[in-house]
Amino acid sequence: MADDKFGVIVVGAGLAGCAAAYALAKAGVDVLVIERGNYAGSKNVTGGMIYAHSLEKRFPDLAACAPFERRITSEKFFLRAANEVTGLEEKDYGLSSSDKYSILRAKFDRWFAEKAEEMGAMFVCGIRVDELIVRDGCVCGIVAGDEEMDADVIILAEGVNAVLAQKIGLRKDLSVDAACVGAKEVIELGEDLINERFGGEGAEWTFLGDRGKGEVCDGFLYTNRSSLSVGVMMTVADAEKVVRKMPEMVEEFLSLPQVAEKIEGGVLLEYAAHLLHKGSALNLEGIYADGVLVVGDTAGFVCNTGDMVRGMDMAVESGYLAAQAVIAARAAGDFSAAQFSSYRKAIEESYISSDMKKCAAILSTKQ
Amino acid sequence: MTIEDKLGVNKYHTDETNPHIDVDKKYPDEAEIMKVVRACPAGLYKIVDDGTLFFEYLGCLECGTCRVLSSGKLIRDWHYPRGSCGVEYRQG
Repeated sequence: MADDKFGVIVVGAGLAGCAAAYALAKAGVDVLVIERGNYAGSKNVTGGMIYAHSLEKRFPDLAACAPFERRITSEKFFLRAANEVTGLEEKDYGLSSSDKYSILRAKFDRWFAEKAEEMGAMFVCGIRVDELIVRDGCVCGIVAGDEEMDADVIILAEGVNAVLAQKIGLRKDLSVDAACVGAKEVIELGEDLINERFGGEGAEWTFLGDRGKGEVCDGFLYTNRSSLSVGVMMTVADAEKVVRKMPEMVEEFLSLPQVAEKIEGGVLLEYAAHLLHKGSALNLEGIYADGVLVVGDTAGFVCNTGDMVRGMDMAVESGYLAAQAVIAARAAGDFSAAQFSSYRKAIEESYISSDMKKCAAILSTKQ
Repeated sequence: MTIEDKLGVNKYHTDETNPHIDVDKKYPDEAEIMKVVRACPAGLYKIVDDGTLFFEYLGCLECGTCRVLSSGKLIRDWHYPRGSCGVEYRQG
């Protein structure tokens, strides 16, 4: 077994997993990333737009080398009430600011994984991790089918459903009030038509459902290079209140005049769905234990106020901070929870903590 | 376009022999069933003509909504499809 032991095994090749693998490999740590999809990004979905600052810190030439769709230069908010859509002023919550770009994850995550591979990280795709191996309270390996693999540290970057982190009791089950479901269509229009309909650069439109009128869904629209990402999201608990099914709510959104005229003549490329955290409750108790660190969506690092969703930058940042904690732990020869409290401290000192606290405050005043 | 047509545009590696979600189709609470029927973004939970619940796992988008909504009730067991199986997002 000792021969097969890795320095670090990362579960999941999303943005948090790739960021951790990139930083670890760059520091010379042997790192294996295990991804259940056939390539990095093949199970991942964004609305979506990324705040680029966490990547910019690590890639000085980011705008030139990353597969961004469009830089988002125009943001519009609409209040949606009985098909009467009116514009609102943009909201400024005083969070960390950054350049923003629309992205598509199947392309973007693959790029990030390739960057980590260039640094020496190893990726194995098409393998689902079924269990974690826990000995004497310390996480020390993974089980995938008949295979067992040991590592000094496991980094859980398995996404919002946090199946493994929940199995070992690190993360709590998602409650229906703390989770949103999003459904998204990617509609091909061609670069020229998008430029014509939206102007030169990238656009983000947010449509806020009027809760007073029983609208539980918020809608979104992003321009990609040659396609649009359009869809809706609702709090999972609201499944109790609604009369329509989720796919019908998507259709209803697409038929709003402001949306319909923009997607007209387009061709559907993909219909996707994903869960996301709602709110911004920081729970730093369950982000580390003996031999294990939890990053990104699995750790609940998301700001979601309904009119603003932001988490991919925090995934990158937390992956990077977890890598730093592992590098320090290796130097100390100690992979215990006590040692990994450095990860918690780093998160507390980062914008992840301050932005999430600001969002939590905004949400509590809204209620 | 119907939801079935939309799912038809997606790419899947189907695992015909291993359902990854175990649904209690005889679950007695209708309100519980309807929550899941409405919330599934892929429309895979359906009430068919004889009033019973029909569930098709092959078009699953692996979001986890049904698990969050009804784990331990309508959803007896939920896990991701086997490695390399299930939906394969080409856009994401």
